[in-house]
Amino acid sequence: MDLHRHLDDELGSLRDRVLLLGGEAEMALDRAMYALSERDSEVARHVLDHDDEVDHLEVEIDRQCIDIIALRQPAARDLRFVISVAKMAPVLERIADHACNIARAAIDLNNEPELKSVLDLSRMAEHALKMLRAALDAFTSGDAIVAREIIKSDSAINDLYNHTFHRLIELMVTEPATATRDARLLFVAKHLERIGDYVTDICELTVYMAEAAFIKHTN
Amino acid sequence: MPVQTAPPKIEVPRANREGSVTVPQADRAAKVAVRDLNFFYGKVQALHNISIEIPERIVMAFIGPSGCGKSTFLRTLNRMNDVIPATRVAGQVLIDERDIYAPGTDVVELRRRVGMVFQKSNPFPKSIFENVAYGLRINRVTKSNSELAGRVEEALKDAALWNEVKDRLKMSALSLSGGQQQRLCIARALAIRPEVLLMDEPASALDPIATSKIEELIFDLKKQYTIVIVTHNMQQAARVSDTTAFFLLGKLIEVNSTEKMFTAPHEKLTEDYITGRFG
Repeated sequence: MDLHRHLDDELGSLRDRVLLLGGEAEMALDRAMYALSERDSEVARHVLDHDDEVDHLEVEIDRQCIDIIALRQPAARDLRFVISVAKMAPVLERIADHACNIARAAIDLNNEPELKSVLDLSRMAEHALKMLRAALDAFTSGDAIVAREIIKSDSAINDLYNHTFHRLIELMVTEPATATRDARLLFVAKHLERIGDYVTDICELTVYMAEAAFIKHTN
Repeated sequence: MPVQTAPPKIEVPRANREGSVTVPQADRAAKVAVRDLNFFYGKVQALHNISIEIPERIVMAFIGPSGCGKSTFLRTLNRMNDVIPATRVAGQVLIDERDIYAPGTDVVELRRRVGMVFQKSNPFPKSIFENVAYGLRINRVTKSNSELAGRVEEALKDAALWNEVKDRLKMSALSLSGGQQQRLCIARALAIRPEVLLMDEPASALDPIATSKIEELIFDLKKQYTIVIVTHNMQQAARVSDTTAFFLLGKLIEVNSTEKMFTAPHEKLTEDYITGRFG
């Protein structure tokens, strides 16, 4: 029994680490958007400086997954959990990378006069963050039903992205002087839209973990 | 724990180890069909209402904790339990749709068709050649010495042992390593061309290299034979078998494709056992 408790401890530690990584990604996004909306480049630089720690955490999770697979040979729900975490960690790291890209955009934009279009992006970011938090909660509780609901809610981010896209294009046409800054905001919008897609990936992994069902690339 | 009254449906493995699509098992004839089998050691019931179908030319692994009845069940498939006093069988074991427990069954002929390899290799204290030739001689299978030599060579090749022993066929079988002795026993079983091969923990006493050779051999042999293997090593079951059956306290809990069994078993008892949380 001690050996099995040992495996449980290792799986628990892995769960803690991936949630820590999720928390880091969430915080990076939150801070990057704060840096953009509040024009605080110091916060943006902090997001960029912190990214190495996020990368390091991802590598640690990779190693831990490999160790558990090689040494403990998990099966069934344990195997599904380890595989889900191994696939989830790079997704979370990429979310943090997108947050870094937003932080870079914030530093550039903060040196220029403010644009009102940032407000639309805040709504998108708010929705993406809400999805990310809910996805991490669903993963923690192994709740496939909630995970499926979150996947459905990604369409709201896509709608917001489409709306923002058209609005920014309009602005570029009507106010060519702001076109460079609008283009930067367009990239920010795209990063947020991609984050919504990554949250969907996390939810698909939660469904796999809980139900052994592959729902990726299905309707 | 549901009582099995009908053969459990076996989910079709989507692909074999080489990635090619396997023939759906539902389309394959059941080589062995067991119906409501109960087995008793005196008054003690060791197997309860076992029903299962084993398709032709697959490897089926039996897993479960010690004393769960998997070896007892294996031995009912060629009536090896007959030699144990005060045992009783109720139910049917059909091989090619014929009940092997029907009155008048030729048990010697049955065991020729359903060969067995045991946990501990048990070569006779004879030469390598004579070990393999033994079954052929007592069954008077061959008509000439050259035919006998040909069948011995073929069996040794099928057991992946020929290249290692071809130059020392007259040497004592006891001079071989443990892994070679076990493959010799497999060659001895194969020489009389059985249709079903029962293996009771065939690699449990072997080192990883010898185990690997036995496992590769099992993988090759399933092209010609229906193989049933009892193993305590779950990684081995996962590596070599197409379908896996889980036994507990003399009952068949679940039969499923090995892929499904080790990633998403249907029964909680199975999941608890294979994740090591049993009890």
